[in-house]
Amino acid sequence: MNAQAGIEVREISYAQAIREAMDIALSEDERVILMGEDIGVYGGAFQVTGDLVDKYGTDRVMDTPISELGGAGVAVGAAMTGLRPIFEFQFSDFATLAMEQIVNQAAKVRYMLGGAVSVPLVMRFPAGSGTGAAAQHSQSLEAWLGHVPGLKVVQPATPEDAKGLLLAALDDPDPVMIFEHKLLYKMKGQVPSGRYTTPIGKAAVRREGGHVTIVATAIMVHKALDAAKALEDEGIEAEVIDLRTIRPLDGDTVLASVRKTGKLLCVYEAVKTLGIGAEVSAMVAESDAFDFLDAPIVRLGGAESPIPYNPELEKAVVPQVPDIIEAARGLAEGRT
Amino acid sequence: MPDSTATDRNVPYAIRAYSPDQLIEALRKMYLIRRFEEGAEDSYTRGLIHGTMHLSIGQEASAVGACMSLTDDDKITSTHRGHGHCVAKGADLGKMFAEFFGKETGYCRGRGGSMHIADVEKGNLGANGIVAGGIPIAVGAALSAKRLGTGAVTVCFFGDGANNEGAFHEALNMASIWKLPVVFVCENNRYGMSTSTERSTAVKSIADRAAAYSMPGERVDGNDFSAVTEAVDAAVARARNGDGPSLIENVTYRWRGHSKSDRNRYRTKEEIAEWQERDPIARMAAMLKEHGITDDAAVASIEKDVEQAVEAAIAFAKDSPAPRIEDATRDVYSPKVAA
Ligand SMILES: Cc1ncc(C[n+]2csc(CCOP(=O)(O)OP(=O)(O)O)c2C)c(N)n1
Ligand SMILES: [Mg+2]
Repeated sequence: MNAQAGIEVREISYAQAIREAMDIALSEDERVILMGEDIGVYGGAFQVTGDLVDKYGTDRVMDTPISELGGAGVAVGAAMTGLRPIFEFQFSDFATLAMEQIVNQAAKVRYMLGGAVSVPLVMRFPAGSGTGAAAQHSQSLEAWLGHVPGLKVVQPATPEDAKGLLLAALDDPDPVMIFEHKLLYKMKGQVPSGRYTTPIGKAAVRREGGHVTIVATAIMVHKALDAAKALEDEGIEAEVIDLRTIRPLDGDTVLASVRKTGKLLCVYEAVKTLGIGAEVSAMVAESDAFDFLDAPIVRLGGAESPIPYNPELEKAVVPQVPDIIEAARGLAEGRT
Repeated sequence: MPDSTATDRNVPYAIRAYSPDQLIEALRKMYLIRRFEEGAEDSYTRGLIHGTMHLSIGQEASAVGACMSLTDDDKITSTHRGHGHCVAKGADLGKMFAEFFGKETGYCRGRGGSMHIADVEKGNLGANGIVAGGIPIAVGAALSAKRLGTGAVTVCFFGDGANNEGAFHEALNMASIWKLPVVFVCENNRYGMSTSTERSTAVKSIADRAAAYSMPGERVDGNDFSAVTEAVDAAVARARNGDGPSLIENVTYRWRGHSKSDRNRYRTKEEIAEWQERDPIARMAAMLKEHGITDDAAVASIEKDVEQAVEAAIAFAKDSPAPRIEDATRDVYSPKVAA
């Protein structure tokens, strides 16, 4: 983090931290506009934009019709021509309707035009399960976008990073996709006031330990930390890495940890197959850190199914703290 | 009884078109939807249901009216605000409540919840969590009916907000060029979540959009059961005759908030109260009484009967078993067909 002097650190929620970042951006830069469904008087489906419309008006906090593809495209065009849009999807699932503009246009325009333009666009995606909203409102689609050169993809896990990564995304000349886990919106944490940025492409070691490396994203960072705490009593020291950005990946932090522990566990909520865990594992396998591995790599990811409605089933299809404890213990004790 | 010499114009369409039994059954279904949703709301408040739900209280005439001339072979596609459509098409309340409660006996075996209830046997291809997601699917069902010669018609329900999705425009165009047996029923309750049609939609009447796709478009009072049936029945007949799609706009209003979390900051108390004056169920009951089809005592007994049906449905749902955790990933793919 690089912050100004004279800042004060307070405890605020993840949603408030995002709102504060948008407030700072709107007040500092006339080019910044917010676009999305019901982000004005309604305050956003998850109350993230809150009352920003009262402060900046409907010309800068724009409710779009229910038109994700068109809305995303308008944001792309505006970003190419002088505005700095922050586009909110009501649920990350609805990115599926806007994939054309995100994948074919936003991600590729700069390259296709030989570098003649940039697309300084920020998109926000409330993601993940745990709210009982079932299969079409609970997905974790970050790896889809992580597969597209031209995009940057971040997943803040803490209020501090939610604010810092949003401000970093706005400073970035290229499209940055921010996946915000819905269950984190109410989570509180220490957040500095004023402007600061959290670097895109840099992971954070949330807890140090020498026995096993747990690489996690978004809400799984907190579950991994809970698991690490429980394992401490058994004498197992887990190192927990919060990936923070999935494109570009911070190889250095992950590889350094694996060289130290010799054990790797990847934990993420998205469907396990072809996910971020595969990428992290392959990165290790392709590097010198592979020689340090004392056990096969383990991945814990979402089940190979849509997210079910029933609350017990919903919990069962994504990794939970006991699953992480068991997997990490197995690795640390050499039982895998 | 209506004056037997009355000209057709003095007697509402529904009274002329349907038997007293059919009309009383329609009224009963409207009460069922209302009580069902009140029961759901109550269960929700008491923490028995998780997730979210969207209530259609105040829109019952649209759901029941639009399904009046449909058979079990005809299809509907529904929306996130779909409980009414489901009941109108003949669903079992117990299985609906069981779905809310996430039980194995629910319409989706507890996998879908309120936003995904479907009743495929009765021709309900399902609610939908994606705004406008059902519109092209309805056109696909109509394509099947035409190619397979089943004679079935598809009624496609969607909200005013959905008419700004690309899927709406693409689907209406295809329905028109291929002259498919589908009726698009827009339930215009004036808002998509917090956004009024004035702020979201370039045309004053959504029915006007029919012109862009060369199909008839008609805007009706969606809280007037007879007006809804008159418009939709004609469109269904047209579709069945092979004359292609139509767009009907039922102007109505949702009394409750958009979903569980709604502070109603985008509309006034007065506006809500004004629409509650136009209660579609009270108007239907009054119409039936005026034409001697029912009376206060009969309506009271329908209400009591409906109350009991809802209680029984809730009891069934509560007593039903939950799905087994081991089955969390079943039904992702179809079973393997033996070679
Ligand atoms: C593609 C998509 N965008 C946004 C949403 C979130 N959402 C759910 S219902 C709704 C409002 C829909 O309005 P309308 O079509 O008028 O139906 P109503 O809720 O009024 O019945 C919104 C924005 C969604 N489910 N799907
Ligand atoms: Mg609406």
